[in-house]
Amino acid sequence: MLFIDPHVHMTSRTTDDYEAMRKAGIVAMIEPAFWMGQPRTEAGTFKDYYSHLIGFERFRASQFGIKHYCTIGLNSKEANNEPLAEEVMELLPLFVLKEGVVGVGEIGYDDQTPAEDKYYRLQLDLAKEVNLPVQIHTPHRDKRKGTLRSMEVALEHGLDPAMVIVDHNNEETVKDVLDRGFWAAFTIYPHTKMGNERMTEIVRQYGHERIMINSAADWGISDPLAVPKTAELMLERGISEESVRMVTYQNALAAFGQSGQMQESDWLAASPIDQSLKFSGNSILRGGQTPRVETGENENDSRIIR
Amino acid sequence: MPTAPISEYLLRILLPQIPAPGVTWLQNQLNNLKAEKEFYLAFSVASRFTGKKKLNLTEADLLEAETLRPGFNPASWTADQVARTLLVLAIPHETPEAYVATLNRVFSTADLNELATLYASLPLLPYPEHHVKRAAEGVRTTMTQVFDAIALHNPYPHDYLPQEAWNQLVVKSVFNVRPLYQIYGLDNRRNEALAQIAIDYAHERWAAGRTLTPELWRLVGPFLSPENIKNIEKLLQSPEEIQHQAAALALSESNLPEARELLAKQPNLTAAIQAGNITWQTIGESAYHA
Ligand SMILES: [Zn+2]
Repeated sequence: MLFIDPHVHMTSRTTDDYEAMRKAGIVAMIEPAFWMGQPRTEAGTFKDYYSHLIGFERFRASQFGIKHYCTIGLNSKEANNEPLAEEVMELLPLFVLKEGVVGVGEIGYDDQTPAEDKYYRLQLDLAKEVNLPVQIHTPHRDKRKGTLRSMEVALEHGLDPAMVIVDHNNEETVKDVLDRGFWAAFTIYPHTKMGNERMTEIVRQYGHERIMINSAADWGISDPLAVPKTAELMLERGISEESVRMVTYQNALAAFGQSGQMQESDWLAASPIDQSLKFSGNSILRGGQTPRVETGENENDSRIIR
Repeated sequence: MPTAPISEYLLRILLPQIPAPGVTWLQNQLNNLKAEKEFYLAFSVASRFTGKKKLNLTEADLLEAETLRPGFNPASWTADQVARTLLVLAIPHETPEAYVATLNRVFSTADLNELATLYASLPLLPYPEHHVKRAAEGVRTTMTQVFDAIALHNPYPHDYLPQEAWNQLVVKSVFNVRPLYQIYGLDNRRNEALAQIAIDYAHERWAAGRTLTPELWRLVGPFLSPENIKNIEKLLQSPEEIQHQAAALALSESNLPEARELLAKQPNLTAAIQAGNITWQTIGESAYHA
């Protein structure tokens, strides 16, 4: 099976992860712009971060046969530094129209402060102006209220719910999101967000329309194989192959494909010559080593993520 | 260097090969590019209007490119690449410094394809002597696609890079297994320092029991000496025929009496070289595509 992980922060991950992801069937992934674990203090570091996403990280992924896309935005935590946020807002137009940028994201609320609200709204307007999907980060604390507010504000700014992916859902938020016509994304992330047994039951209950799963793997204890592992678990527990395909591949493609910057042919028609060029000449596998393709089994990992 | 003939040429090869809305869009952009911000946006969105297909070019098109700018070879250029190059040629500016400042900003926000496009465009841009640092920076990249754009089929390094940066480019090409025969003007800028680096590198690879591209000896031939010729002798003992070809070709490029003697012991290779059947081009092609 082929998979798309529509939310994974590869800048924080190693080449072993890329190798394991490709081996597990992940052909494309989306890296939302987020925060790095500690607040940045200069606008220039944002510029370099964004250009890293569309430059080196895209290159790094390509060496493992994975198509790398990203969403560009000012995350909610760092929106709280207003002077900095102002400067970052001026950078965004330089990046949102780049090739392979499939949305504005991840944006939304964290502590739900007035500053977060202000830059969330400004970025919704930007997304509407350039006709890109929006990838919304919903808060960990006060989640249900924050999720509802995210959607209300998006509607207030005239966004089509079909262009908005609401992320980090759980059992308490999924119905509201689906009822309003938004895409509902679920993050399979140990301990803090969703586990994949719970996820299986959500798909059993709500079906596969407008639902997608991701790993949101980053610098925390997280799992870049969450999507393929969850697919396997779902199949094992009687979810249909069609539904598994929808929530681990097709819906992400449909939602973010609305950007015009992501199509199946990007990976299905990728030239094998490109691959050999990259592998013989690349600089990560230094000095012309051949790539290791027979590792990354992760036999020790349980497929279950709690 | 006047850039108008280049722009006219690029438009002529591009416009018949892109969709009609792309033609209108591009002409609009080129005629109305007044502010820096418009340039940045147009540069990013260009591929949405032009598509990304490789252009179909005739022999005559390629000859014309070579005449306009020696070494300019758009054989593998894509529609978006040509459109972006046209936009870069049209950056609104008053002084060379202002031009370079805008160029630096677009470099610093460029994605992978855009970076490759920008580096490949360097030989066509105005104020060529202002882009030396940029070209040297390109040589430092770790991204193969970007490195190839500056190193391969690009006359800018040959024409403008100082020797140290040029040598870096060649050595990095060897190290990263890039095809040396695609480096424009390589023979013309061979030098003794480069030959010595190449020999040292060969020793390193041999010591580690690793393979070595036969193209490496292209850098060594004219600088063979009584001290280093033993490397060629060793090469002639290699089990690979292509290494023998490289050894013989390197010998044929040396005036050293020892080299003449050694070559004389290889009548078949000598004949093949004289018949033009063994060249650095043929060696490069078979080494790289083997
Ligand atoms: Zn995230």
